[in-house]
This record gives sequence, C-alpha cells and structure tokens, in this order.
Amino acid sequence: MNLDSLYQEIILDHYKKPLGSGLQDNFSGEAFHVNTSCGDEVTVRVLLDGNQILNMTHEGVGCSISRASASVLHALTKEETTETFHVLLDNFVDLMHSQGKVVPDEEVLGDAAAFAGVSKYPARVKCALLPWMAMKDAIEGAGNE
Amino acid sequence: MTLDLGQELKDDFPILSHKVRGVSDLVYLDSAATSQKPKVVIAAESNFYTSTNATVHRSGHELGELASAAYEAARENIARFVGIEPGNLIFTKNATEGINLVAYAVLNATLLAKSGDKRYNKLAIGAEDSIVITEMEHHANIVPWQHLAQVTGARLEYLKVDESGRLDIDESKFSKSTKIVAITHQSNVLGSVTDVAKIVRFANKVGAMVVLDACQSVPHFNVDFKLLGVSAAAWSGHKMLGPTGVGCLYLNDELLGELPPFLLGGNMIENVTYESSTFRSDNAKFEAGTMNIAQVVGLSAAVDYLKNVGMNVIHEHVRELTGAALKGMLSMPGIRILGPTDLTDREGLVSFEVDGVHPHDVSQFLDSKGVAVRAGHHCAWPLHRKLGAVASSRASFYLYNTKEDVDVFLAALDQIRDYFKVA
Repeated sequence: MNLDSLYQEIILDHYKKPLGSGLQDNFSGEAFHVNTSCGDEVTVRVLLDGNQILNMTHEGVGCSISRASASVLHALTKEETTETFHVLLDNFVDLMHSQGKVVPDEEVLGDAAAFAGVSKYPARVKCALLPWMAMKDAIEGAGNE
Repeated sequence: MTLDLGQELKDDFPILSHKVRGVSDLVYLDSAATSQKPKVVIAAESNFYTSTNATVHRSGHELGELASAAYEAARENIARFVGIEPGNLIFTKNATEGINLVAYAVLNATLLAKSGDKRYNKLAIGAEDSIVITEMEHHANIVPWQHLAQVTGARLEYLKVDESGRLDIDESKFSKSTKIVAITHQSNVLGSVTDVAKIVRFANKVGAMVVLDACQSVPHFNVDFKLLGVSAAAWSGHKMLGPTGVGCLYLNDELLGELPPFLLGGNMIENVTYESSTFRSDNAKFEAGTMNIAQVVGLSAAVDYLKNVGMNVIHEHVRELTGAALKGMLSMPGIRILGPTDLTDREGLVSFEVDGVHPHDVSQFLDSKGVAVRAGHHCAWPLHRKLGAVASSRASFYLYNTKEDVDVFLAALDQIRDYFKVA
C-alpha cells in the first residue's frame, strides 16, 4: 500500500489551508465531538435558514485527515440543503467503510472523494468521519431535521 | 563483531519476521503497549491445552491435579521473580483489574464498616481522608481512585510532575488523613522512574498504604516488591512476553488479610448457605470463578525466558537503545521530547511530538516504513493536557529490538516533516 494513496495532495492542501476554520458567532446549531482514542476534537457550527445550510464552520485540533475532512465538508455543504448533506453523509460513510473497494463518485463527493484511500486504514476512518458526525449532530441540534 | 541482544533473540519471536503492508521489515517499537511473545510462551500455553487442561482446585481427576499443579507452580515462579511469596500473588485479567480490585475492596470495607462490621473500620475511608496519586498516572491508576473519592467523599490529591518530566515527591501532600498513595513505578509516557523508596518512607510515616502500578517496571528491570516495601502492586503479563488476559496483583500480608473480596462467586468462598456466605482468608479470596489458567502457565514460561536472558542484560540493552534514540532525536529539528532528555531515572520509551505533524500522521508515516509506534494520549490524557500536547507518538524498546531498529526509526522520523511539507 502506498502512503500517497492516503495522503492525497488535495488532503494535504486542505490541511495546510483549511476552509471554514474559525467558529462563526451567528449559528443555529453546534456540536463538539472527540475521538476518544487519540483526543482529537472538533467543534462544528451550522447556520441554517429552514433546510438551507448557509454556512458551516469548524474549529479543533486533529490530524491531517480530520482537519482536511472538516475543510472539505465546509466547501461541500455551503448553500446546500440539509437533505443534500444527508445524501453526502451516506455516500461518504459508505466510502469510508468500503475498505478501499469502492470507487468514489467524484460528481457527488467532489474533494471528499480524495478520502477514498483512508478506507484502507481502519484506524483512520474515525478521523475522517469526526467532523461529519459533528455536523450531523449540529444540524439535529438546530431542530431542522 | 558480536551480535547485539536483539539480533541474538530475534528468531525466538516469530512475529518479528512479519512484513508490514506486505513489504517492509517490521520494526516493533510498541512494547510499552504490549510485548511480542517468544515461541516458548506460545508453546507453553498450547501445551497446557493439549496435555493438562482442566479447571483448577476443583477436580479430583488426574487432569485436575495436573492443571492445579501447573497453575500453582506458575504462581510460585512468578512470585519469586518479583521477590514475594506465592501466597501474596493474585491473578487478575490485567493490571487495571488489579488496581480496581484494591479500590473496590476499600469501598466494600467502607460500606461494611458503615453497616457496623468493626473489622473494616481501619480500612474504611471518608470525607476526612485523602488519596494521593500523581500527575503522570495511566487512566487505570486515576479513574478507580477518582471514583472511590467521589463515592466516599475522600479528597484526591496529586503529586506534581516537574519541568524535566520527573515526579516531585512533595512530602507536604502526605498527612495523617492520607489513607492511600497510588503511584506508577515508571511513567508510560515520560519514561521517568519513581523513587518508590521515598514514597514508601513518607507513606509509612503517616500510615498510608502504597499501591504501585508496576506495568512498565517489572518487564524491564529487577523489581522486588518486599524490598520496596509497597502494600500492593499491579502489573500485566502481556507487557512482559506473557499472553494477554492475565495480570498480577501483589498484596502484602496485612492487605491480604484485611481487604474484603471484590468479585464474589465460585472458589473464593469458605461456606455458602441460602442466607449468607463466608470467604476464604488466603489469596483464593480474590480469585473468583475459573481463572485464565493457560495464560498463567504461559506467563510463567515468559518469566523463565526473561530469567534466562537476565533482567540486568535486558535492562542495559534497553537503556542503550533508549539512549541512542534520545540522542538521535535531540539532534533532529522539530522534535519535542516529552519527559527527561537524559537517562537519569528514566527508562525504555520515548514519547515525542513532531512540530507541525499530528501524532496520527507521524505513526502512519512510520508504519509505511515498517516502524510500529503508538500514537495517542497513551491513556494519560490529563498528563498530555498538562504538557500542552493533544497527543503524542511513543517509541518503546524491549529486549528483541536492535540498534538497527533504532536507526531505521530515526531515519524514517527524519523524513516526516519533509513529507508533510512542514520542514
């Protein structure tokens, strides 16, 4: 297995220059998630208008995979609906649990498709999912399910 | 040139010929988490099942006798290895269970004393008492005491870790109200070794019991619990070449007699009626139910293996490797070592941060070169917070590691900041 399949250029770019980093003051829902095995943490805030996601921001400490995942998530969900988020989430969760056997749909997942290599490393799947699960809870917390 | 110890022993450990991700030679630097097993240990466990398997202390048939004899011979061997009598050794499933056994037994004593059983007044603790632990404990030696403090109202106090990563044994923390002092013999993060004799001296002055977490010490150097004078000590078998599923607990005569049992059930009783039960007064009081017999036998084979190599030889070898690793890492830019940077009162492992690269990414990169290290908070989250680290990577060494392993590790470590473009 080649390490570069895990650390795709896209992932390292997002890690170095994360999008949506820094929490917005105005938000409808918030969630804080911790990866108990390593102590990585992320706080996600979502600003919603009905089922419309106006903005998602995040802050936390974590590895390149979890930080890049939050950054990608910000870009993917900006001005999308919560329904679209759930479609993306299902798609991404399936990809993460595929053990490298699924070819990601780049049309749907955009930059998140670059995380396909993560699914070959079971210990890292949690890192990639951390911000996604936090965002799911933040949306639920906003009462807009 | 003579072979180094690791090269000499490598063939005894079949797993060390594993190819990582199908290509790289394995450099196993995670022995502080669990050690690998020599063939003799694997064979001992297997042989027990093929030739002597039966439950112990219950059956009159021949296999029952053979199994009981093997189990008790193992107890004797393991006990002598740490300077204690076999009667003071209790088998558990791991060190965590050993520490919990003591904490819960004290809680039981407290409850029994409250219900009017005067035998337990001495052990009972309450709001006027304190439990002293240290800032460098593993969760296994924090959480049970936090719980005991919470439910009894006792105060939980911490001995601090100083700037250099060594324990500051501040005598003012020890007072007449101190009932329990629970400390690690060697930090699983910092590598620093505790001056147990000093702790015992201060604890004895105030009449407190000393509970020692010996997980990182027993595998690495000669330990004599009687000589150290601790009241109790817990350690795990799997970190000292033994199988998983078996841990050890030493209780001195006083605690062995006074502590009420923790787990209740078969084998630990003296008499049972529908109304009430009485318990064994010896170490059997703490071994309820069927034990991990084959694993105990395997652990005894591990002790034989360690004795054959010689604990002093192992200790010296691991110190050499640790010293070489420290030296290499100190000369590398962007590496921060957690814990002492010299070998004074410090053993066998090096935890570190790589500037700009998360420990998960560090360990993933090392894994791609065949090097297995641990990344995370190593079950010492409060200590990491104190040190200002979310997590760290940890390389730990044991008898089967070679100088070449350290070189491979250092060469890989040196490439990480380039790979993640933070150099």
